[in-house]
Amino acid sequence: MTAFWNEYRENWVAVIALAVVVVVVSAALLAPWIAPQDPYDLANLDLMDARRPPGFVGSNGYVHWLGTDAQGRDLFSAILYGLRISLQMGVAAGAVALAIGTTLGILAAQAGGKIEQAIMRVVDLQLSFPAILLALVLVAVLGQGKVPLVIALVTAQYAYFARTAYGAATAERQKDYVEAARATPLPGRRVVFRHILPNCLPPLIVVGTVQVANAIALEATLSFLGLGLPPTEPSLGMLIANGFQYMMSGRTWISVYPGIALIILIVAINVVGDQLRDQFNPRLRR
Amino acid sequence: MSGPLLSVRDLRTHFLTRAGVVKAVEGVSFALDRGEILGLVGESGSGKSVTGFSLIGLVDPPGHIVGGSIRFDGQELVGLPVQELRRLRGRRIAMVFQDPAATLNPVLTIGTQMTLAVRAHDGVSERAARDLAARTLTRVGIPEAAARLDAYPHEFSGGMRQRVAIATALLHGPDLIIADEPTTALDVSIQAQILAEMRALAKESGTALIWISHDLATVSSLADRVLVMYAGRIVESGPVGAVLRAPLHPYTRGLLDSLPAMAAPGQRLNQIPGSTPSLLSLPPGCPFAPRCPRATEICRTDPPRVEPPGRLALCHHPLEAA
Amino acid sequence: MSEVLTAASVTRRFAPRITLGDRIAAALGAKVDRRPVQAVTDVSLAVRKGETLGLVGESGCGKSTLGRMLAGILPPSAGEIRLHGAAPMRGRHKTTTRIQTVFQDPYASLNPRIRIGEAIAEGPVAHGLVTRAAAPAMVADWLRRVGLDPAYATRFPHQFSGGQRQRVAIARALAMQPEVLVCDEPVASLDVSIQAQILNLFLDLRQELGLTCLFISHDLSVVRHVSDRVAVMYLGRIVEIGEAGRIYAAPRHPYTQGLLASVPKLVLSGDPAASFRPIPGELPSPLSPPAGCAFHPRCAKATDLCRQERPPLSPREDGTLVACHHA
Repeated sequence: MTAFWNEYRENWVAVIALAVVVVVVSAALLAPWIAPQDPYDLANLDLMDARRPPGFVGSNGYVHWLGTDAQGRDLFSAILYGLRISLQMGVAAGAVALAIGTTLGILAAQAGGKIEQAIMRVVDLQLSFPAILLALVLVAVLGQGKVPLVIALVTAQYAYFARTAYGAATAERQKDYVEAARATPLPGRRVVFRHILPNCLPPLIVVGTVQVANAIALEATLSFLGLGLPPTEPSLGMLIANGFQYMMSGRTWISVYPGIALIILIVAINVVGDQLRDQFNPRLRR
Repeated sequence: MSGPLLSVRDLRTHFLTRAGVVKAVEGVSFALDRGEILGLVGESGSGKSVTGFSLIGLVDPPGHIVGGSIRFDGQELVGLPVQELRRLRGRRIAMVFQDPAATLNPVLTIGTQMTLAVRAHDGVSERAARDLAARTLTRVGIPEAAARLDAYPHEFSGGMRQRVAIATALLHGPDLIIADEPTTALDVSIQAQILAEMRALAKESGTALIWISHDLATVSSLADRVLVMYAGRIVESGPVGAVLRAPLHPYTRGLLDSLPAMAAPGQRLNQIPGSTPSLLSLPPGCPFAPRCPRATEICRTDPPRVEPPGRLALCHHPLEAA
Repeated sequence: MSEVLTAASVTRRFAPRITLGDRIAAALGAKVDRRPVQAVTDVSLAVRKGETLGLVGESGCGKSTLGRMLAGILPPSAGEIRLHGAAPMRGRHKTTTRIQTVFQDPYASLNPRIRIGEAIAEGPVAHGLVTRAAAPAMVADWLRRVGLDPAYATRFPHQFSGGQRQRVAIARALAMQPEVLVCDEPVASLDVSIQAQILNLFLDLRQELGLTCLFISHDLSVVRHVSDRVAVMYLGRIVEIGEAGRIYAAPRHPYTQGLLASVPKLVLSGDPAASFRPIPGELPSPLSPPAGCAFHPRCAKATDLCRQERPPLSPREDGTLVACHHA
């Protein structure tokens, strides 16, 4: 573990990215305590304060460092709460997709034959067209709300995990230690859960990291298109969409700041994921 | 031309790793005459391969030659610019690796690769280069060589691929071939074919050969002289028959006694206790002392001195020569 | 001497996996090779109680495949494997614990994420040979018996050298209290001095536990050292089987003769050129083995009979079985 961290530390970009992820995640978690305003409390909002530029001192005495949006919400607070929602959705979708995808992938590798063919052809089929299309259709069918959104995100993403888990499990099953376990013989359950699964985790962690970022981006896209969460609890995508109509009138901050927050988060998660992938990949090890 | 073809003095190659300095080769000296076959024997981590790679400047970072001299035909190789080393490697010194896949490009035919190799160093015509390639393949025992020039490496068996690698090494009629475990990955019947061909080639063409191997028997049937390496040092050297018949160094003795052929079937082998030391933390005295039955106090404190060349044993208490 | 482990006319084919992609390629006119590889063909042999049977041959001769069938890891395509008359496998799954295996590569055969103590204990615990509470003591005992410090039980495989890992692998196999131990090239990846240590350990434990062993190796001198009887394989078949001393002293099959002659001996004096003699020619592809005797294209004694008719494995007066028309 220490050695792993020491190697991670050698890439300072990845260290910064990790720091950014930690800061952003803690800011999102602590949003109710550190945000100057509760953006969901309509009683707090004053339409007089709407669409004010960064640095504006509002009627309630707050300094709006990042300005306000069309409803007069403090944009900094809205971004913190929006990150919260985006991360919630991303992590929830990523975790459920990881669980379902890994189960299917390992089942396919372990069962072989018809089951393997059935699962993996569906996965291949799904990987062959854009995730956004599938998510759009599902949200349209299931309606808005957190649960339908997570279902849509999971459906769009589990295939990546299934593919990765299948690949890793197939590779592990070829290895001598699995043959040794079967030659003992150890019970099938133990071979899968104690031997194969733990050795499949590194690539899954990498894909999981990147897929959380993808889920966040996908959720933002759906929200931007008005198919995500209800406007009362705006995620980052919704904030960007809300500000979009004011871009031309010079009030760019309403879209731009949430956009920057989104980009920083996604890039940081991806950089961490890349570094993990490099460190887990034995071929790149020195 | 007088003097040896190759003369190595106090060669030291170190690897600067995260964990510390690995002294893979530490003060190796030897000389090699034209047409001589030198066996370089040792176990993994003994530095035998790194020695071979050092001779032709193929040590990859973090490894570096940190000291010593390598004189090849009067020319100093340590510190020579990469360009000149590369020219020398192509024409006068050739290398054969354990895995022929390291030498052969899978997407080019054997003929293309060999003609490219010829023409990189000699300004001959395509046709002449192909002829030379075909003749060289015939020399290493590949039947219907001209026809097989159009085959890809994967169409050859492992033994045939190694022959192609050897033929590529022979193309320019080098003065020296360094072969690193060239038959280890091959079956015995194929290994025997290649050994026989190598021996004939060295004797016919006067090419000197450094044969790096862990296998004492192979070396004994091929080499004129043998160097035994342990923990980056040459611990014993001399004519192969003399060294193997009556080794002076306890490590050489132990290595011979470890061979199943040296004991009656079913009897316990006379094993060397312990395992090879980590090159990161060698004992202060003789590196073999912790495993040596003859070790005394001096072995644990003072490294044994290097004796003048000839029959050499790097040991405070060498065994009696028979 | 009673027969413990037997193979009766076992054959093993490996069919190439034909994927959807291959089918499409074939439909589009590409040549897809669907010929199965026959790794082992019609092999019958018996391992007798308390003996060590050596199995030698060059790569691709089928010795490992035969070993895996005898170990109960791989089901035969035809024929039967029996341990005291009972099948060691049900379907694709091994059922017996009485046969254990030591694999070639100790770097690959130990799970990198499992501490060696657990690796040794998990089989015996799973099969109720030892209680979970008694497992640490059993692990300590086995580590001691294979020459390792019992305190190493909490270490991971990467903290050990190759020789030490092979000791762990031996402890893991023997902790299952097997009657038969199958060793598949157990010293091939080890240095000479470490190889000697592992062979000594094997000899000691074999005697102490009265094990019946199948010892697979390409190294003829190692096999000679540990085996009571030896089987020589060529292209999936046994060409000669008999008492080790007799086969090494006076090989009958031309392939056995050639194989023994091609190993370089340690030359202490005299002409090094005499130390070995190669077998001419190449190993034929197992996809299309030669008709008649598979060795005939490389054999100096081959006649028309050899080219047409495969010689059966038949007994000679001293008990050795040889598959050759002219020996």
